[in-house]
Amino acid sequence: MLINIGGWLTDPTHWTGPNGIPTRVLEHLLYAGISLLFSAVIAIPLGIVVGHSGRAKWTISIANSLRAVPSLGLLFAVALWLGPKIASSLAYVIPSVIVLVLLAVPPILSGTYAGIQGVDPAARDAAQGMGMRGGELLRKVELPCALPLLLSGIRGATLQVIATATIAASISLGGLGRYVIDGLSVSDYPEMASGAILVALLALAMDGILALVQRFAVSPGLSGKFRNTPGNRPVVSTTARGDAATEPASPTDRADDQREALV
Amino acid sequence: MKRRILLTGATAVAALALAACGANNNPTAPPAGGGGGSTGSAGGSGSITVGSADFSESQVLGEIYAGAIKAKGVSVTTKPNIGSRDVYIKALQDGSIDIVPEYTGSLLTFLKGTAPSQEPDAVYTALKSTLPAGLVVLDKSTAEDKNSMVVTKDTQTKYSLKSIADLAAHQADITVAAPPEFQTRQQGLVGLKSEYSFTPANFLPLKGAAIVNALKNGQAQAANIFSTDPSIPANGFVTLEDPKLLFGSDNVVPLVRKDKVNDTITAALNAVSAKIDTATLTDLVKQVDVDKKDASAVAKDFLSKNGLG
Repeated sequence: MLINIGGWLTDPTHWTGPNGIPTRVLEHLLYAGISLLFSAVIAIPLGIVVGHSGRAKWTISIANSLRAVPSLGLLFAVALWLGPKIASSLAYVIPSVIVLVLLAVPPILSGTYAGIQGVDPAARDAAQGMGMRGGELLRKVELPCALPLLLSGIRGATLQVIATATIAASISLGGLGRYVIDGLSVSDYPEMASGAILVALLALAMDGILALVQRFAVSPGLSGKFRNTPGNRPVVSTTARGDAATEPASPTDRADDQREALV
Repeated sequence: MKRRILLTGATAVAALALAACGANNNPTAPPAGGGGGSTGSAGGSGSITVGSADFSESQVLGEIYAGAIKAKGVSVTTKPNIGSRDVYIKALQDGSIDIVPEYTGSLLTFLKGTAPSQEPDAVYTALKSTLPAGLVVLDKSTAEDKNSMVVTKDTQTKYSLKSIADLAAHQADITVAAPPEFQTRQQGLVGLKSEYSFTPANFLPLKGAAIVNALKNGQAQAANIFSTDPSIPANGFVTLEDPKLLFGSDNVVPLVRKDKVNDTITAALNAVSAKIDTATLTDLVKQVDVDKKDASAVAKDFLSKNGLG
């Protein structure tokens, strides 16, 4: 079986043409990318508003409860409903995107909300003391502070969307799910297994890329890289909770740290 | 690979064992008057038992056969919904049933292991010489339940389509909806290209009702649907002719135990086969599957309309 999969994956005919692996990977990334874009446009602003104001928290609960909706069932239901309304292949693309957006919104929304809500009040105070207001405060202080949680929300969503974009193939679209569905229909198990492996690899690769993005995009003051320099402690903790307020280094703490470093 | 063969073997053995169980456990012992199913006048030695497979088309055909024979004054019992081909062929051979509706191409493939893609008479002749001892087929009908290419009435009028060959001229505008395996099979895109030089602009790999919906809603212009599928009359679809017999032949035919064949039964069943064509059969299936009528009522209605019962 393993040899068969290896043979399938290394067969040059499976690497070219409209059913080739590169084409299917691009299709897969396209469905996932479009869905993540829509999800981000919906979830990030909503998360900011809810996190900032502390109002309408029920939106978070509702979004999270949507995670329980079975994707495949919803996909068929939406496709059945849209089918008579659109006479092109959009009748299959739109349902797939809707299902994937519903899947990606909850983690991004929760991440953004938790990130914004967890911004250290002291940092907010300091920024306001420096004369920052509204948009500037959001852009320069709150969002950068919320970034680690926001990005992990996006990472979680990406992983799930790439894994689930496979089901688009069940309503005639492309992507890596084609190999799974087509393989099943002709009992070609190496093809099915190869498709599944490719989906997993793609999801892991995207997760790795986002991990790197997260590493470089997050302010060193938050990521803890600062700790390498003795005597410096992050001003704002990465923990999202309100207990962050207790952690920022007071002058005495800092002195203690220095002493420890010296010893 | 070796393990897979073993596994396949084991599955086959298990399936056979199950099939055997099914045949034995089925209450298909020779009728002793007032058994299961709809009973005839009496359970004498001349009594006939008509079986059918586990799908509604076979059950309607079984009821029609039973009704036509009963009309000749022979006592008849029905054993509907026996199971798959493995099971009812065994039941036929051990005498639990005497007659079952069958399909020429599928039965030949079952007995011989190859898929014949030939014209109806050739398949029928080949089947006759392949049948196991003790079993015979009577006249075949023109009704066929097989793969077919179907278009909407609008598309048919728009391009004035008659056969699959006419699709080639409009292939740039035609999207085909079919099960995923259609893409790689000879009885699929491969054969459509080699036999009819038809390569559709786009292919939608879908399943079951989604294929019908794609055709109905206009995402596809042609679809691969079974020739007696009730969705064809329900949506006014048109089945394209298959002059090169890409999809082979699969005519409905009564399969009968040799020791039960006599002139009365032959005459009754041949008269039925003469009256059934694909459109008639499709309509009968629709009455059962879509209109939810009882198979025996649909059969009775058909027989009285055609003066057979």
